[in-house]
Amino acid sequence: MTDRAFSVVRAGALTTVQDLGRPGHAHLGVPRAGALDEPAHRLANRLVGNPESAAALETTLTGCALRVRTATTVAVTGAPCPVTVDGRPAPWGAPVRVPAGAVLDVGPATHGLRSHLAFAGGIDTERVLGSRAADLLSGLGPDPLTEGAVLALGAPYGPAAGADAVPHPGPVTELVLPFLPGPRDAWFTAAGLHTLTTGRFRVSPASNRIGLRTVGPPLERARSGELPSEGMPLGALQVPPDGLPVLFLHDHPTTGGYPVVGVVPERYLAPAAQAAPGTPVRFLRMR
Amino acid sequence: MRPLPVGEHGLLIELDSAEEVEALHAELLRRAADGALPPLREIVPAARTVLLDGLADPRGLLAELAAWDIPPLTAGDRPAVEIPVRYDGPDLADVAALWDCTADEVVRRHSATEFRVAFCGFAPGFGYLTGLPEPLHVPRRDTPRTKVPVGSVALAGPYTGVYPRSSPGGWQLIGTTDTVLWDPRREPAALLAPGTRVRFVPQETA
Repeated sequence: MTDRAFSVVRAGALTTVQDLGRPGHAHLGVPRAGALDEPAHRLANRLVGNPESAAALETTLTGCALRVRTATTVAVTGAPCPVTVDGRPAPWGAPVRVPAGAVLDVGPATHGLRSHLAFAGGIDTERVLGSRAADLLSGLGPDPLTEGAVLALGAPYGPAAGADAVPHPGPVTELVLPFLPGPRDAWFTAAGLHTLTTGRFRVSPASNRIGLRTVGPPLERARSGELPSEGMPLGALQVPPDGLPVLFLHDHPTTGGYPVVGVVPERYLAPAAQAAPGTPVRFLRMR
Repeated sequence: MRPLPVGEHGLLIELDSAEEVEALHAELLRRAADGALPPLREIVPAARTVLLDGLADPRGLLAELAAWDIPPLTAGDRPAVEIPVRYDGPDLADVAALWDCTADEVVRRHSATEFRVAFCGFAPGFGYLTGLPEPLHVPRRDTPRTKVPVGSVALAGPYTGVYPRSSPGGWQLIGTTDTVLWDPRREPAALLAPGTRVRFVPQETA
């Protein structure tokens, strides 16, 4: 194994390798996968001089700790958190030089859920259908990190392009999800659609990379039963028989038989990656 | 053909039959291969719909689509994929009872059918194969199995499927194949893509 690598000291609750995913294979039943907070993933890569598509780590709530084998530049974005190198504080949202053999600790999120950690050169695991992303629905890509695992890094691309605007995200006190109705809004009564836009929903603790589940008032259906399976887009608000909308995130199934009442455009999805369980959710009809 | 909106960049085209879905899907692939489709990310056929996603201008494509002359499906020039099967599934007797025939007759009818991959889903490389006539459609099992072995050939509703890997499942298992349905290191990774024709060839059970 090359020296350009890191070993996992503390895996955290769920830490996965992510890039921009493997779009274009949904017709084979392959989910898109990829970083949930995509703007944060792209930013972390830019900060260390990588192409935005390089593979990085996505942590969940509790961060992770790694020992690097060679001196490496890293950057942490997404959910703000304490960052230390061999116990000494280091900046969040900026390039950090980690000496060979040092332990980089990405601490628990102070708010938000997922921090994105990029390494100069990117993570160099095997590509599956053109992507290194871990897809937790179908098991494609590398397994989530476990303690003692060793992951290779690629050769650095060169110095970072320079100053970058690093927004420091505040806590998501309310998750606002703008959506366009359809394709199956006709499966719901007017009262059901009114419930969607006026009901008090919260993020369910059962949420994951497949979908952000909600708890709240159930949407009343105009028709019962299931649809013949149909294609499901990223951002779909699928409503299973319990009447509670599920927002499909990057590891969502490519087809499904429950009606989709509306679709949240991709550009509004990043905050959903950072909304902790219990966060109030408001669905905002765009037209 | 009924178009339904899907967010800012998608369209869901609903059709009246599986045959119309396959014909539209084939036409979309033809046009994509000819460079005559605007750039898009996904074309996902399903039971009665085709999802188009990642379009810059869904309305523009919709206006074009209405004017297309879509030829009916042909057998195509590529030979059917042959999948050798040992018809030894634990639900073969139940399927024989549902079909009101012997187990040998299930094997004969199933292997005499030409199937087509209508769409994929559930797991990478899992194809939903149509071809069995309506009287041979069977319900799912009342209690799904927690573990269906890889390579299981199974029936549910109008579909036949082959499990590309071990997973939970509620379909009626009639046989087993050693054919590898899904291998991401292979090109193509999925043996069964939408539109592929398929025949099952009986093998002696061990």
